[in-house]
Amino acid sequence: MTQTTKVSLRGLYKIFGHDDKSVLPHVKDGMGKEELLTTHKHVLGLQDINVEMQAGEITVVMGLSGSGKSTLIRHLNRLIEPTDGEILVDGVDVMNLSTTDLRKMRQDKMSMVFQKFALLPHRTVLQNAAMALDVKGLPTQEQEREAKTWLARVGLGGFENHYPAQLSGGMQQRVGIARALTSNSDIMLMDEAFSALDPLIRTDMQNLLLELQVELKKTIIFITHDLDEALKLADHLVILKDGAVVQQGEPQSILMNPTDPYIEDFVSDINRARVLRVRSVMQPFSEGKFAGDVQENDTLESLIAASGGDTALRYRVLDGNNNAVGTLDMRDLVKALVPRISSSEAGTRYH
Amino acid sequence: MATYDWLFNVLGLRKWCDAGASDGPMSMAQLLAKTGNAAPQSGVNFAFPSLDELNKACGQISQTRDVVKGLENGFLAVRPALRTVLDPITQPLSWMLDGTLYLFMTAPWFLIMALILVAVWFSTRSLSVLLFNAFCLSFFAFVDHFEPAMQTFAVILVCTIISALFGIPIGIAMSKYNRLQKAIIPVLDLLQTLPTFVYLIPLIFLFPIGESRLYGIAIILYAIVPVIRLTDLGVRLVDKDVVEAGNAFGMSPGQKLTKVELPLALPNIMAGLNQTIMMSLAMVVIASMVTAPGLGVLVLRGIRNLELGVGLMAGVCIVLLAVMLDRTSKAALSRIDRTKNEM
Repeated sequence: MTQTTKVSLRGLYKIFGHDDKSVLPHVKDGMGKEELLTTHKHVLGLQDINVEMQAGEITVVMGLSGSGKSTLIRHLNRLIEPTDGEILVDGVDVMNLSTTDLRKMRQDKMSMVFQKFALLPHRTVLQNAAMALDVKGLPTQEQEREAKTWLARVGLGGFENHYPAQLSGGMQQRVGIARALTSNSDIMLMDEAFSALDPLIRTDMQNLLLELQVELKKTIIFITHDLDEALKLADHLVILKDGAVVQQGEPQSILMNPTDPYIEDFVSDINRARVLRVRSVMQPFSEGKFAGDVQENDTLESLIAASGGDTALRYRVLDGNNNAVGTLDMRDLVKALVPRISSSEAGTRYH
Repeated sequence: MATYDWLFNVLGLRKWCDAGASDGPMSMAQLLAKTGNAAPQSGVNFAFPSLDELNKACGQISQTRDVVKGLENGFLAVRPALRTVLDPITQPLSWMLDGTLYLFMTAPWFLIMALILVAVWFSTRSLSVLLFNAFCLSFFAFVDHFEPAMQTFAVILVCTIISALFGIPIGIAMSKYNRLQKAIIPVLDLLQTLPTFVYLIPLIFLFPIGESRLYGIAIILYAIVPVIRLTDLGVRLVDKDVVEAGNAFGMSPGQKLTKVELPLALPNIMAGLNQTIMMSLAMVVIASMVTAPGLGVLVLRGIRNLELGVGLMAGVCIVLLAVMLDRTSKAALSRIDRTKNEM
């Protein structure tokens, strides 16, 4: 699959404070967050962010609170002005847009889903879903037809005339997603969209998003603090710490090769069998005796279930077109389940 | 020998003082001193260096009464200029008040009652409030106070509408510009703390007594404050996340205002309007001293002529009118809240 870059951030810096431009050179010379705060009373938001977001992919930006991930996503539609750097959307530098052009871009190219839903309480579900089209000034009938389609698509058919306060959190966020989809923009920004929901609903919503994504192929930028969620959704994973990118890449490769103790800490805690896939642990193909065939994108969990826990087996790995691309030894699988450092070790090291 | 002679001697101003020594009219104390009957000054004679006291030592310093006189002359001097500006601006207010009063006085009572009750029903949809309004209106008519009560009501109506017309935009502007808010809040504080009678003093000089804008301005200045404050507060309290959503979907500032901020601030704005109505009522009674018509005139008559019954009856009517306006506007407010958070 050929990839085209939809959004790219180049050398993005954000410093919060009344005179951010003047302290920028200090940050570029390597001054840290604490030092900047104590000596110049400015807060370092983001430093030297370089991320390419591909069209039709889900790019997940993950980090703990205070790592700058919400700040980062707000730069893409310039809800926050960067101190320095370039933001290219479809090759156009967002920083050079006039107020009117910027508004036009927000209407046509980007939609956003918020952690706290941010629906209009005095409007019905239908009117909320139609908000983007209302802003564009489309005729009411057209607005409502589009909004109804998308509400039905996210499973809210029949709730059109309710008010947001009458819905549960999960349903409100479905309205939020329908609102973003109704705008018919290529890019969807999701700011901790599922973080305020309880775990079961959250899983539901993640599945809904993945299901929609298969069909719609939007460019989604998803912010989360939850690694399991990040690994489940991400095509491209960016991990932020203190406003800087620690590691980015394909989630499987980050999981197998964490380059930073901070990330080792993170990945030590997760259920590796569920997120690691066969292709990440397989060996190059060699003939021999196979216990069966597996797909390269199967999770290790499903393979363990299929093998019945027998570590002596070997499997042939097939790609999407049923070509043999590798072999998987169950012993490699078991080794891959153990992180390089265990969570208890990580605990003693950092806490 | 005055207390502060030394001050002017030290400063070397003695000559300047004596040169301008004025033989203005003497105060009572000075006259008494001349006749030798002054009360003997006891203890250390150390008076505060007030204008009067300094004047004794130096004729060039004016006495307080001259300063007061100067204040008055100054005001009278700028009056023509002020009037040429204010006259045309405030003229429509007179017309509106006179027109509304004329309408309420000439229309038959049943028409007015019906109109008011219909308006109450459509703004509140509450049967109990409607019945209470009907009771109050009938009571006014029953004790032959319908006409003054409607005069008071007409004045409140006009003043509230004008307060809203100016107050809400001012409040919105304040919520958008912090500097404007900083500049206006002291003015609002001043308007709220000035004793109500003090409003009337400059107004009497500016506008001929008998013109309705005289009391109209007094009422509006007093009553506009809460609607400004609560509009400002309401717009500032609108959920930042929802405003951000408006921005993210590319709303223009005007769209944000009409589609997000004002609807969400509406409960606060309505609470401000309720306060404005109540303050108009309070002021319309006081403004009867400067020819505002209505129930206040009867209260004033009760005080002036010691006609206890007249005053009390008018007082009861004012209370009923107040409760009526308060309940109605609150019911309208809660109806807005309900549609917003309908469960």
